[in-house]
This record gives sequence, structure tokens and C-alpha cells, in this order.
Amino acid sequence: MAFDAQAERNFKVVGTRVTRPDGIDKVTGKAAYGADVSAPGMLHGRILRSPHAHARIVSIDTSAAKALTGVKAVVTGTDLAQPEDEAFADVAINCLARDKVLYDGHAVAAVAATSKAIAKQAIRLIKVNYEKLPHVTDVDEAMKPDAPVVQEGRALETVPAGMSQNVTTHCQFGHGDLEAGFAKADKIIERSFKTAATHQGYIEPQACMASLGSDGRGEVWCCTQGQYMVRANCAAALGVEESQLRITASEIGGGFGGKTSTFIEPVALALSRKAGKPVKIVMTRDEVLKATGPTISTSMDIKIGMTKDGRITAARGELRYSGGAYPNATVDMGAQAAFAAYDLEAVETVGWNAMTNRPKEIPYRAPGAPTAIYAVESVVDELCQELGLDPLDVRLMNAARKGTRSSYGPTFNEIGLVATLEAAKAHPHYTAPLGPNQGRGLSCGFWFNFGGNTCVSLNINDDGTIGVVEGNPDIGGSRASISMMAAEELGVPYDKVRTVIADTSSLGFNDITDGSRVTFAVGLATIEAARAAIKEMCRRVAKIWDIDEEAVIWEDGCAKPAGPNAGTHPPMTLAEIAAIAGKTGGPIAGHHEVNADGAGVSFGVHLCDTEVDRETGAVKILRYTVFQDAGKAVHPDYVEGQMQGGAVQGIGWALNEEYIYGEDGRLQNAGFLDYRVPVASDLPPIETVILEIPNPGHPYGVRGVGETPIVPPLAAVSNAVSRAAGVRMTELPMSPPRLLKAMTG
Amino acid sequence: MVRVKLWGSLRALADGEEWVEVEASNFKELLDALAEKYPGLKPQIKRGVSLALDGVIYREAWFTKIGPENEVILMPYMVGG
Amino acid sequence: MKTIPVETTINGDSAEFLCHADESLLDVLRDRLGLTGAKEGCGTGDCGACSVMLNGRVVCSCLVLGVEAQGAEVETIEGMANGEELHPLQRIFLEEAALQCGVCTPGILVAAKALLEKNPDPTDTELRYWLAGNLCRCTGYDKIIKAVQTAAAEMRSA
Repeated sequence: MAFDAQAERNFKVVGTRVTRPDGIDKVTGKAAYGADVSAPGMLHGRILRSPHAHARIVSIDTSAAKALTGVKAVVTGTDLAQPEDEAFADVAINCLARDKVLYDGHAVAAVAATSKAIAKQAIRLIKVNYEKLPHVTDVDEAMKPDAPVVQEGRALETVPAGMSQNVTTHCQFGHGDLEAGFAKADKIIERSFKTAATHQGYIEPQACMASLGSDGRGEVWCCTQGQYMVRANCAAALGVEESQLRITASEIGGGFGGKTSTFIEPVALALSRKAGKPVKIVMTRDEVLKATGPTISTSMDIKIGMTKDGRITAARGELRYSGGAYPNATVDMGAQAAFAAYDLEAVETVGWNAMTNRPKEIPYRAPGAPTAIYAVESVVDELCQELGLDPLDVRLMNAARKGTRSSYGPTFNEIGLVATLEAAKAHPHYTAPLGPNQGRGLSCGFWFNFGGNTCVSLNINDDGTIGVVEGNPDIGGSRASISMMAAEELGVPYDKVRTVIADTSSLGFNDITDGSRVTFAVGLATIEAARAAIKEMCRRVAKIWDIDEEAVIWEDGCAKPAGPNAGTHPPMTLAEIAAIAGKTGGPIAGHHEVNADGAGVSFGVHLCDTEVDRETGAVKILRYTVFQDAGKAVHPDYVEGQMQGGAVQGIGWALNEEYIYGEDGRLQNAGFLDYRVPVASDLPPIETVILEIPNPGHPYGVRGVGETPIVPPLAAVSNAVSRAAGVRMTELPMSPPRLLKAMTG
Repeated sequence: MVRVKLWGSLRALADGEEWVEVEASNFKELLDALAEKYPGLKPQIKRGVSLALDGVIYREAWFTKIGPENEVILMPYMVGG
Repeated sequence: MKTIPVETTINGDSAEFLCHADESLLDVLRDRLGLTGAKEGCGTGDCGACSVMLNGRVVCSCLVLGVEAQGAEVETIEGMANGEELHPLQRIFLEEAALQCGVCTPGILVAAKALLEKNPDPTDTELRYWLAGNLCRCTGYDKIIKAVQTAAAEMRSA
């Protein structure tokens, strides 16, 4: 099954740019997203949220809201179960607070009413008596021993005694003798960095419609990256059995990791159970920014030593991440990824997570990696500048390659970093002239990529067409890619295949759409399901021809005799076999269930040219090129789309996007006007160069592509701005006031 | 015997060792043996770990075969977006 | 609160509805008329996902009151294709993969069509500024800009 066996394969469908199956619905407005459905008798739900960063809930009086005409149900935290499992408990408490509110925007109560207007009016009638508590929103402050404690007793056993209770996680990775390494360096640079929390910024707010009966049977329609994850969270929060909840994933209007958790579905189910009617909840943008998402905020120290000819002798990083009011493991990922692009004799990364009075961190595209790699790549760039070295040559000299002991432990197999760097070096962008106040930045990026639990069912229809049933919401064109791989394996045209996303009752468990896993893992399972169907078709044909099963082979969509000894039977097409399936033993299908591994790490290199305006501190992106090892690109348009979209999200992180908290611990910019994501006029074309270095862990050589592209932009932009401005920037975002201050001193 | 590399923050829970040796022929036996030999590792094993086998990362997969010839590295359970 | 009767024209057809005085045109389209192609991404006029045409102008329908549609001509994404024949913008968005999740796509198509009707040959810069009110978080805008230019060229030569 390894790629080696397929190395010479001439793909017919994979690698082409077919039209996506959900396309017409999406350009005509027909596609049904989370907020686009309604049901007879449906009620409208709305959530009351905390105005305080940290407070004890003394009492909640819902009587006036309940008395309002049109209000059919009111729920508070006590209407949800208290799951024993910590992760489920955190989700439930985050959906509706119980004793304390942990951040500005934490949900406290919810109502269901016959109209949106009545629901809005009703939540204003709920009286919550709060006892305000001291709060902390900055990660460095939160780590101080005397900081206000967000939650008690959450530290893992790896955290040394005597630290603030906010510190929940400690991790350390690396190898080699740091002291000896730094002693060999001609130049050592040590810098501290800070990055603001950013939001995934999907354009579609979370939305759901839910119905739950007194018999514990329920249905949910929602926009999510994983319907099975929603099922598990809802079952735990409602105290019902998973089999009784059927979750259907709507079309999803962006996720980027932000829809890998649950915020409103358990609330809608609880309201529905009380009201006896379906309840729809649609979040507002203000709620999305205050209470879902964001990624971590960070504070980091990086120290790197380099010889005068550019060899890195030792590297150390200390990462302090805050993932908001709950523990999380994001810093583990950041600490492992930080130095992954380098072949280092001595390296150490230490990570800490500290809780703050901010919303619960939800993964955002390559969670933990962009910030750590931003800090590392900034110091590498500064060393190159100080030593008068070419930053690309230095990266090539120090690049991780096959046989490198990675900074996080394992020895690398075949990886694409050197090829990616060489592609960048050969590209005209790298040597294009720059004008005054302009600078060029470069950064490497890395992500692990995952496989994970996957089920696929593939049905051979009686007219010779194919139905593929998979369980991962299609977030960027994956139904097209899955159909392509099914068509490729079966030897039929792409348009003979239709792939649909199953609800939780129609297919076995699937992990969420995350970790760049879908094209890899669902693709792999689809190919295996197709192979199972082929095996069955060959078996049927062997019976018809009255020869051994092994004497029938599958080629170009037909069963054929394996050789002259098998007889001179004319090939039977898939359609011919399908048409008589009932006569040869019944319907033909293939299925495959797997926890896929071997996704294969991916590297990218980004080049960025910027111009800084010395009077305003504004930055213009002049040119941007993305180089990435994608493995086999199943649908090159969507691979390019991932590379371009990730790059632009990273540009936003570098230049503008930021969670701004006031002294009172409240979020000051919960809207798209003040939380500014990049718009079309901010950007140049984003050029892409796809390298296709096959992943040996996939039959077609596919590896994940979705996450790596958000990793390099932070440093690529920062390095370009630092060189253009003539001052080293160490804080993100580099918003105009911050850059102006740095330039004017 | 299989040699397993522990990441830094686990070492304090395993007598300070970077590399530890246990008797195991697959991932499950490895985890069981580690938990028995170093009880301090139990909470992390319960939370979840990944295993890099000759450079390929496995997130669970109990019955993945391992032997003395393999490079075996314990890693935290991976999460993505 | 009393509802107000409104008579309007939507995608060329006459339409009548009742709405409250404070109800947005977007809510009317989505909740009362079943036209869910326009999306609410922010409710504050910052994202453009709810873009529709009102008397020949692109508007954020979340910032227009339903009652303002009285006597007006409203065009939405649902009216862009002619039966089964897609508008060139719609077809080329598909051919050139100018959408990923697709939730911003209706607003972007409505806005792009409005531009090309005024300016059939925009520069990339004009196009990027025209679409600056339509947020897309998936694509980085690159393929959107290229697709609109391809469509513009095709429409000019038609």
C-alpha cells in the first residue's frame, strides 16, 4: 500500500482541476449553512453573557424572563449535566457557566422564545447577581505567584510546585549540550517576543437547530468541523446516550479549527427539551469574537547561537502561552514545532500554559506552531542580518533533512524542506530588486499533519455510478478530492461519483476535520473502500467466467482476465457488473474503517516583500510567494487555495488582528470593524509554487496541506517589515501605531 | 527490550532518564510496561501519547509492532485545527 | 409591535410581506421570504456577506430596513442565474475555484456583478478596492480577483 508500489502511476483524475460537486449550490445561494434551515414550530434561542471578566455568580433570577409572553424555556448552568470527564466538563461549563464566569462573554443563561425579538427582550429580564473577582488577561501576569487564580487545581503533574495555580502545563523537548553549543557560537542573539490572540475569523457565525424530546431522542443541524464531536459533547452535557442523538453537519462557512468545539448545541438541546419544540440559535459576530475561538496569546524568549559562516550551534526557546480560562495542550505543539526546520546538535524548548480570563482557546490552523516559529525565524533572520549572511543560504545550510534528529525527538525520513528552500532560491521573487523603505522577509514553516479515525462506505449503484459516504464536513472542497480518488481507483470518470457527508447515525465514527487530515485519511479510506468493492466485483466476474478469483484483474474500470491462461473473456465494465449485481449475489459495496497514521510532516517557505510608510506606520504587502511540499496535489486549485488562504490569515495575524482587553478585562474590539481581518485591497496576488514530494504513507502520495501555510507568514512579514523599517520588530501585530512607535523610538 | 525516548518534562517522572528500556513488542505493551515501571507517567499515558516509530507518528494504534531495531520516541498526543 | 405591509420587487417578481419597523431587509429576506442566499456574517455592515442590490446599488442588507424595500427593486443572489444558465461570474467562480467554504460567495458575486455593470474593464486595484467590503477568510482573495477578471473579459467580448 505504500507509495513506492505506485510510484510510476499515471494518474487520470487525481491532479486535474475538476469542478466541485457542491459548486452550483454555492454560487446560486442554495447551499444550506448552519443558519439557513428552519422547522415547523421552531423557537429562537438567545444567550445571556457575562459582562465581567471574572465573577462569582451569586444568584440568577429568571422569573421575569419566564413570565414574558412568548418565552417558552429558560435554562442556566444547572440544566446541563456535570460530566466526570474533564474535557467534557470544560465544554459544558463553557456552554453555560455554573458557579463562576471566567471571561467577558461567558454564557450564563439562555432563553427560547417565539421570535428573535422576544428572545432578545427576555434575556434582558434575567437578573444575575455577580460578585466581581480580580481578573488577569496577560499571560506573563497570570504566571506570577500572586496573580488572581482563574481556576484552582487544574495543574498537571508536570508543573513544578510553587507556581501560580494558573500554570497548568509544562513541557520540555530537545537534545544535546546547550552550553557547549553556545560556547562555539560567534554570535548569540536572545530576544523576547509577544503575540496577541487572534480569532479564526470564519465568516459564518456558529449556528444550530436542535430538537430533543423527553425520551432523550434528539436531532441537531449545525455548522461544525465534526458532527461526531458535537454528538459526544452534547451527549455528555445533556446526560443522554450518543445513539439517541443524530447530528447533521450543514454546509460550513469556514472553520480553520474554530469549529472543532461546541458552544451552542447543548444549550439549544436543553432549551428544546424544556420547551418541547425545535430551537434555533445563531450567534452574533460579537458573541463569536467574545465567546468562541480565539487562539493563544503568547510571550516567548528565543536564544540562538551561530558561527560567522552561518551554522547554528545551539538554540533555546521558552514559550509562555495562554489559552484562556481552561487548560489546553497547545504549547506542547508549539514547543515541538519551534525548531523543526533545523538540523541542530543542541536544542531545547520549554513550554508553559497559563490560564487567563479570556475565552477558551480553540485550535486555529496548526495550533501552537505559528507563534513559536515566528519567534525562532525572527532571531535567525536577525543573526543573518548581523553576520551579513544570506538568509536563504543559512536556512539551507542548517535545514533539517532525511536523517536529521528533529528538535522534537524522532529522526526525519524523506522530508521536503531542502527542495522547498531551493525552489524559493531559484524563484525570481528572491532576487527581484527592492526600493527605498522596502524589505524582503523569509520564513520556514512546519506542521505535523494527522490521520485519525475514519469510516468510508462506497456503493456501486445499479446504473454503474458510485456513491461515496464519508463523515467529515467539507471545509474547502474535499468532496471533490474524495470523489476524484474514488474515480481514480475504480477507473471511472469523476462525474460518475458523488460523495456525501453522512450524519452521525448513518456512518461510523469519524474524527473531526482537523490537522489537515481529510484529504489524507478520508482519501486513504476511500481508496481502500474502492479496493474492497473491486475485489468483490472481480469475485463476481470470476464466477460468471467460471475461473479463479485471482485470474481476474481490474484495469481501466473493467474486470479483465489476468492473462492468456484465464481465457479470452471480453472485459466487463463496472456498469455491466453493477447492472447484474442482484443476479450475482446482491448489491456491491466496499467500506473501510481505520485509524490512519503516516500523514507525513509538511514544510513550507514563504517570501514576502513589504513597504513601510514612515509617517503613518502602515505596511503594504508588495509581493508574496508561497512554496510548499504538498505531497501529491489531488486537486491543485484547492491546494493553491489552502496555501493562499493560510498565507493571508497569517498576514492578518502579523499586521492587524488582535484581541484588545481593557483594564476592566473586557474585550474592546468584538466586531469586524475593529478586529480587522485582511481585505482584498490590503493584498497583492499570492503566488504559489507546489512541490509534490510523495508521502510514502499514502497510496497516492498525498499529505495534508491545510495548516502549514499559516505558519511562515508571521515571521516572513515581520522580517520584511524589520528590514524595511530598519528596526527589529518583536511584537505582533505590527499595527501602524506599534510600528510607528518602534521607528520613531 | 525496546529503548524509548521520553520528552524532557516526563523525565522527572521517570527517574530523570532520557532513554528508558522496557520489554515490549507493540505500542500497548510499551505503554503498560512504562506505566508499571514509572507510575509517575500514568497520568500522561492516560491523557494520551503519540508514538514516533522510525520517524512516523502514530497517535494511538496499540498493536503497532516495535522492536529493538526501531527508533521509538514518545510524544504528546497531537492536536490540530 | 405592529407589522407594516411592504410591496416590493425581488429579482423581477413582485413580492409583498409584513415586517416590523426595526426589522432588517436581511432578516426579511431570510426569515420571511425564504431567500437565505444572503448571509449574516456580522450584522454591522463590515463583512458584505449580506450584499444585495437595492435600486441598482450594492447595499449591506443588514443595514437596510425591510420597510425601505417599499416600491424598490431588490436583486439577490437567487436572481443571478437565468434558470439553469449560470451568470458568467457564477460559472467562472466554479471553473477557477474562486470559493472554498462559499459563505461569502453570494455577497461577492452580487458586488462583482454590480462593478462590472458600471465598469466592464476594471484594473486589479479598482477591483480589490471595490471588493474591500466583502470579507473572505478562506481564499486570500487571489482566485476571486482572477475569476472576476476572467468573467469581465468574457462579458466584454460577448
